[in-house]
Amino acid sequence: MLVFTLASVSLLLVIGIGLYYKSIPLLHRLSLTELLTSSIWKPLKGLFGFFPFIMGTLWVTGIAIIIALPLCLFAALYIVEYAPTRVRRILSPFVNLLSGIPPVIFGVWGVLFIIPFIQKYVAPHFVEFSTGYSVLAGGIVLAVMIFPLIVSIISEVLRTIPQELKDASLSLGATKWETIKHVVLRKALPGIIAAAVLAISRAFGETIAVLMVCGNNAVVPHSVFDPGYPLPALIANNYGEMLSIPLYDSALMFAALLLFIIILLFNIISRVILTRLERRLAA
Amino acid sequence: MRRRKIEELFFKLLMVLATIIVSGSFFLIVGTIFFKGVPYMNLDMITKTPGGGFYIGKEGGILNAIIGSFYVAGGATVLGLLISIPVAIFINMYMDGKTFLVGTLRMAFDVLFGIPSIVYGAFGFLIMIYFGIRASLLGGIIAVTLLVIPILVRTLDEVIRTVPLELRDATLSLGSTRWEMAKVVLRQIRPGIFTAILLSFGRAIGDVASVLFTAGFSDNIPTSLHEPAATLPLAIFFQLSSPVEEVQGRGYASALILTIIVLIITVLSEILIKKLSKHKL
Repeated sequence: MLVFTLASVSLLLVIGIGLYYKSIPLLHRLSLTELLTSSIWKPLKGLFGFFPFIMGTLWVTGIAIIIALPLCLFAALYIVEYAPTRVRRILSPFVNLLSGIPPVIFGVWGVLFIIPFIQKYVAPHFVEFSTGYSVLAGGIVLAVMIFPLIVSIISEVLRTIPQELKDASLSLGATKWETIKHVVLRKALPGIIAAAVLAISRAFGETIAVLMVCGNNAVVPHSVFDPGYPLPALIANNYGEMLSIPLYDSALMFAALLLFIIILLFNIISRVILTRLERRLAA
Repeated sequence: MRRRKIEELFFKLLMVLATIIVSGSFFLIVGTIFFKGVPYMNLDMITKTPGGGFYIGKEGGILNAIIGSFYVAGGATVLGLLISIPVAIFINMYMDGKTFLVGTLRMAFDVLFGIPSIVYGAFGFLIMIYFGIRASLLGGIIAVTLLVIPILVRTLDEVIRTVPLELRDATLSLGSTRWEMAKVVLRQIRPGIFTAILLSFGRAIGDVASVLFTAGFSDNIPTSLHEPAATLPLAIFFQLSSPVEEVQGRGYASALILTIIVLIITVLSEILIKKLSKHKL
């Protein structure tokens, strides 16, 4: 049992070391700053600039969190503070059902629904032409994918806020919304931040759904209607060729390492905040 | 006063609207999949392997991918359970008093849970290169096992924590060893183990990024661990990128099949969780 426990926990370390070990050849050839800031991606010539992919990831994730966070915050507030028990019982299974839907299905939905929607109804108002395959599409699909995660964490955080605090505010004549605005949200702020950070890290690593709707063009996007090429999509799209071009496999493993490190840090930050909150509740 | 009432009403409306969007998105997705998938559904889809290649062939179904997915998800869940049950027992029953260590371990599994499947896929690929395994059913099972271990450990850990401490103390005070106590607890949490299995299976059957490098793809049903295996999500992805309309249609129908499988699994686990909390002492 000790062996299994240690082995599965050390997976964290082993993954990091393994990916790093595989990226060494690339890091020997090119400096880290060059890799992260260059925009030129020509594997055949040995040029690996990750900047477009990093920007692609940031655009998609940024759009997703901007859409999802306010919606989920309001939804969680309604479910916890306003909804009658009966409504809550009907609503909460749907959040779980949504979280059970596989990424590829979100991708199919994106292709069938979001892409035509953007192409026909949204993009024509802003740009001359868009195929719909864009960072906006990726952001929307991702936003829906992280709904359940954010709603469930924020709801849990909201439930930890003592009823006495709310009662005190209400008894002073504040309306329910004023209580939420001045008491509940202020108290829940660390938890909301933790939820956002966790959701960002989840969105960062999402692969297939984004790959299907993002357009996968290795240039830095300049508007929401531009196609983008996030890091996970890069890895997934090119694994077939990676053993036939020198350093290509090393470059893809470096991409995986980047993802791993960023997500590791974000996860640790949010988990520390959440554990603190939990402990405060227990005390 | 009037302004405050209006503000209250405004934000309440906003919240209701947000709730409708968030929970409505589920119907929108499932609705779209049903709407597009049903016209292409037929018995061939689930009883035949693709005829003339999965990418351009207009005949047959995706039996190979359905079976492949069940092999991969089933194998990974079984392997994952064999590892996770001892881990969950160890964390909960052999580490009394070491609160900090237990907290760190739990956090490590939380963090592992957050690592995206593409990283597990890439890492699984590294393992396969290292041991000289080619893309195969075995490779897929290894990568997906890594993916489901954190899910299983976290779920089992939570379930074991619901077992009252008194029960454990009672067993111990009767002179049983810790292992015997663990057996008593395991019997207590049997429904919880089923929930963990369903959660893990549901995640495993729907995941693409982890099997992309590791399981390969094939038009045949795998007959041994060393053969490449098709998986349902990957089949959907490939079929959708095909230029042939019939194949795209099969992709929609495959998406419908996967959605139905996953919905059944999720609903079952919801029911189990409900039952579990009803019988809580």
